[in-house]
Amino acid sequence: MGLKTCGVVSVNQSPWSYRLRQHLRLVVAIGITLVFLFPVYWLAMNSFKTADEIYASPPVWWPASLQFNNYWVLFKDGDVVSVWNSLVVATVSTVLAMSLGTLCAYSLARFKTGGDHLSNWIISQRMVPPIAVVFPIFLLYVFLGWVDTYVGMILLYTAFNLPYVIWMMRGYIQDIPRSLEEAALVDGCTHWEVFWKVVIPMCKGGLFATAIFTFIFAWNEFLFALVLTRTEVTTYTVQVTHYFGGQSNFWTKIAAMSVLGTLPVFIAVVFMQRYLVRGISLGAVKG
Amino acid sequence: MLVAPAMLVLLLIAVFPLIYLILVSFQGITMMDNSSDFVGFINYQAILEDTRLWQALWHTAVFLVIALPLELVLGLLMAQLFLEKLPGRQIMIGLLVLPVVISPIVAGAIWSLMFDNRYGPINQVLGWIVGHEMPLLWTIKPELVYPAILVAEVWQWTPFMFLLLLAALANVDKSQLEAASIDGAGYWRIFFRIVLPSIWPVMAIALLIRMLDLFRLFDVVWTLTQGGPGTMTETISIFTYSQGFKQFETSYTAAVALMIVVFLSAVLMWALKRVGLSR
Repeated sequence: MGLKTCGVVSVNQSPWSYRLRQHLRLVVAIGITLVFLFPVYWLAMNSFKTADEIYASPPVWWPASLQFNNYWVLFKDGDVVSVWNSLVVATVSTVLAMSLGTLCAYSLARFKTGGDHLSNWIISQRMVPPIAVVFPIFLLYVFLGWVDTYVGMILLYTAFNLPYVIWMMRGYIQDIPRSLEEAALVDGCTHWEVFWKVVIPMCKGGLFATAIFTFIFAWNEFLFALVLTRTEVTTYTVQVTHYFGGQSNFWTKIAAMSVLGTLPVFIAVVFMQRYLVRGISLGAVKG
Repeated sequence: MLVAPAMLVLLLIAVFPLIYLILVSFQGITMMDNSSDFVGFINYQAILEDTRLWQALWHTAVFLVIALPLELVLGLLMAQLFLEKLPGRQIMIGLLVLPVVISPIVAGAIWSLMFDNRYGPINQVLGWIVGHEMPLLWTIKPELVYPAILVAEVWQWTPFMFLLLLAALANVDKSQLEAASIDGAGYWRIFFRIVLPSIWPVMAIALLIRMLDLFRLFDVVWTLTQGGPGTMTETISIFTYSQGFKQFETSYTAAVALMIVVFLSAVLMWALKRVGLSR
């Protein structure tokens, strides 16, 4: 009698069928993970193939040896400049967007600047489709001579990511107990000191995660880059599409360049598992 | 004062384009004609008569209506699967995240590789299943392009739904579930009466974000089919792009872009009021 009431196993499940179900769950979970990972594996594996192996029908599922020649060719032909361009544009615009955005977020969170309306308007800017704004911006850039320049791309990505930064940082700052800042004010700190010595250290994690996301958005962006670059600041996403031809595709370069472009993003994700859900759900899920 | 620098930059992408679009959409600028005379509502009239535009809208709607429920249901099933303890659970979740952060352009490249008629594994596996070679032209044949694009889209964004719903499911009140279970409520009853209402706020936001993303679908289609064959998979974003940057129909493109902004702003205002994005 005592035995029956002590377990958490529900009444209609014997331990045996429970364990069978757990094993089945594990098998299905591993299967799903493999299905989702296989395309990534296929891309990475293709980047290490020789041209003969890539252009083999039926395809080779496991290259005879790991060849780095495809990457070497990217360096030799100078294609790798596009990765550098992406890096410059994404990094500088992230720094700019984070500095401007965090200041603005602090004001929205603590002084209630503009109330909820302003905040809602800001986040709705994030959701406007790029195709609708890219056209007037292109014409403006032609007028200013900013097409295909670092300045143009950096400024655009800064503006494009600002709503996200403001919105996310507003949330992280609101999570900090107000009493801490008030105590610092009473102790004679200025608002500026409170911002630097209390607010920023308190939301370090969120700050870091938001910066990583901002970087990823700029890094992965395509439509703006397609319209606003020509040859000088081509980003890696645009470069990848150049390898698609009407008759045939340069699979060797497509695979190697895609891997180069994906590597930093994968590394970044490893470091921010904790903030991932909050970051992609626009702060709606605190995870 | 702290807000000023940020607002100044925001004006560049928010207010300036809007004013500019309104202005240009009432002019008659094309590739041939550079005059800035005002022509009234001609461009808006053209929108109504442009079948290619309405087809592009229809294609976008098809992608949306098929991909969104698929991503939701698959994501929910996966979230259920991963909800309880499982050996290696954290590692698997970490790996499942990868598609979400990959650039859609790379995702498109990956699936071009996968679907390639001669060098891709998909046709090979299909060949094994049916017993003879299957040289299917996934990105060219009219009846195959939609499945191909949808597979790429669902592959990339199901993990997004999965992650959000997993977080939501983990927050469902366990004691309520136990109480209902003891009272004899069945699985579906518990799901619809307790679980669903509890995860709905998160689910609604996930759906909203994905809906807006699907509405502007561009990158994956661009790498897989460029909107082709013909204009069969042309989405509203690809249509607008080709009007503005291939045909140089400046004023007409402005009118189309403005319609998109107005339409989406209306949807957003309605949605943001119902879905509490701002806590």
